[in-house]
Amino acid sequence: MSAASTAYSVGEASPRVKWIAGILVIAYALVALIPLVWIFLTGFKSPPDSIAYPPEVLFTPTLEGYVNLFTTRSRQTPEYINSLGPPQSWYDALVRERNMVITGPSRFIDRYQNSVIIGFGSTFLAVFLGTLAAYGFSRFKVPLKDDLMFFILSTRMMPPIAVAIPIFLMYRQLGLSDTALGLILLYTAVNLSLSVWLLKGFIDEIPREYEEAALVDGYTRLQAFVKVVLPQMRAGIAATAIFCLIFSWNEYAFALLLTSGEAQTAPPFIPLIIGEGGLDWPAVAAGTTLFLLPVVIFTVLLRNQLLRGITFGAVRK
Amino acid sequence: MAVGTIDRIAERAARITPFGAANRMRGLSDRAIAWIFIMPSILILLAINIFPLLWTVYLSFTNYRANQPGRPVQWIGTANYERILSSGDIWGYLQVTAHFVVWTMLIQVALGLGLALLINRGFKTSSFWTTVILIPMMLSPAVVGTFWTYLYQPQTGIFSYIIDVFANVGAVDMIGSIHLAPWAIVIVDTWMWTPYIMLLCLAGLRSIPAYLYEAAEIDRANGLQKFWYVTLPRVLPFLMLAVLFRGIENFKMFDMVVELTSGGPGSATELASINLKREAFESWRTGYSSAYAVILFVTVFGLGNIYVKALNRVKS
Repeated sequence: MSAASTAYSVGEASPRVKWIAGILVIAYALVALIPLVWIFLTGFKSPPDSIAYPPEVLFTPTLEGYVNLFTTRSRQTPEYINSLGPPQSWYDALVRERNMVITGPSRFIDRYQNSVIIGFGSTFLAVFLGTLAAYGFSRFKVPLKDDLMFFILSTRMMPPIAVAIPIFLMYRQLGLSDTALGLILLYTAVNLSLSVWLLKGFIDEIPREYEEAALVDGYTRLQAFVKVVLPQMRAGIAATAIFCLIFSWNEYAFALLLTSGEAQTAPPFIPLIIGEGGLDWPAVAAGTTLFLLPVVIFTVLLRNQLLRGITFGAVRK
Repeated sequence: MAVGTIDRIAERAARITPFGAANRMRGLSDRAIAWIFIMPSILILLAINIFPLLWTVYLSFTNYRANQPGRPVQWIGTANYERILSSGDIWGYLQVTAHFVVWTMLIQVALGLGLALLINRGFKTSSFWTTVILIPMMLSPAVVGTFWTYLYQPQTGIFSYIIDVFANVGAVDMIGSIHLAPWAIVIVDTWMWTPYIMLLCLAGLRSIPAYLYEAAEIDRANGLQKFWYVTLPRVLPFLMLAVLFRGIENFKMFDMVVELTSGGPGSATELASINLKREAFESWRTGYSSAYAVILFVTVFGLGNIYVKALNRVKS
């Protein structure tokens, strides 16, 4: 099941129809791209250029937005800046042109790092536990199997804010508020339902005969699982992992409510850049670009695996 | 050492015993493995999903306030529920939510189905452009909301500029106007999630066997009839499922709208989830907002169930 599939069911369309269809789809795609291209460009504008009217398509690119994103600055009098001596670096010089001096690094790198740690940590746990559970459900007679599988799926229908209140209280009791571990556990739980369902689908497709042959050859169940089943699941595990990673990377509500300083991820932080720099749109655009770029690259590179996950549920037998 | 020797003996014993017995002797039994594999997942889901939900239900019958942990907690029965349902405010927020859900679904279904039908014509490079169209739905909703506030700026934003160029109406204040803000969030959601509806429609279209069209051709059906009698019945289950998933998500919508309008101006875009968050984490009326959460949950669940019944009727 992929959009790249060429098995068209509607009979072959005439060249003219294809041509018109192509033009319309490409027009939609181009319009949908405008916001993203615009944000990317804004990251390279100077603050005055970013609020020029009419909006500027042609402008002199500058790295000011990126410098502002990664630093904190304070406004100084020209006399004070002149007394500092020559600037130490190109970004020093860039900031001084606006009558400011760099006072230190911003918290963007920390927040980005948190996003990476929490994203990969929770993805690893969700895929690891999900693989085990999926194997258990796929291969063994588990009592109440269908009920348990439905229970796992139903946890996904819960509105996040409804569970956010008790989780907030629970984490406060356990000292998990504002810790990376707290968010990792939470995202693992949210991703687990998808992970178990997706991976069970993949394991169901691997013929049991392989493992049975291994068992006859003297492997134990565990050895058969590790040496025979796991290697064949590689594609499925990769697809599931991408999904979990994107969810954790993008999540906002829990991150906003459960973290404030130490463990805050990038999504609740990026909007704060607006306040920090006084409507510093190029810095916001720079942060947005750096945050969204990995996902865009992922989407383009791994589109076929993604499609399997997105249409999952609707196209399952 | 000892373990190694035992292992080797077991190994040898296993070789000469029949398959089932060997399996039981060496290592863990299948039943034990099954439970060891499944239990961690079930426990995590119980601890982080089910237990909190039950706790929410309990809290909804109390006057607990999370910002005053020392205060004695009183059981106040259904007082919270009575207060919410009789105050009338919630209906306003539910109306705003309904406006958002209904319009996003209508527009996205029209656009998504249209795009899927076009892509299904199979023009050259269609797979590349499908991927391009997908990009918005993979992005973080909160970050999308943040950068759309920039695009929507009335004096300087590109959205206002483009509208002005085509319609010549001057500056358009999408997020500052009570009348336009509800549409501002509909537009951003449509930009993000039309690809999802499109994808599921595409999956539906690809599932239609060619012989159905051939049969329709023999019956001399015209294009419209083929669409109405062959395409639509086959795509509808997929389309309705997509609407179910997105409808539930949009009923719970929080992140994108918080960053875009934070519920304003006034309460023009105050969706139920946003208001719930305000009650729970700004006013700290924990018991009250737990009851609020239960009401919203029951509403989603109820509407979802009715919808699934309709879906099953369409399928059969």
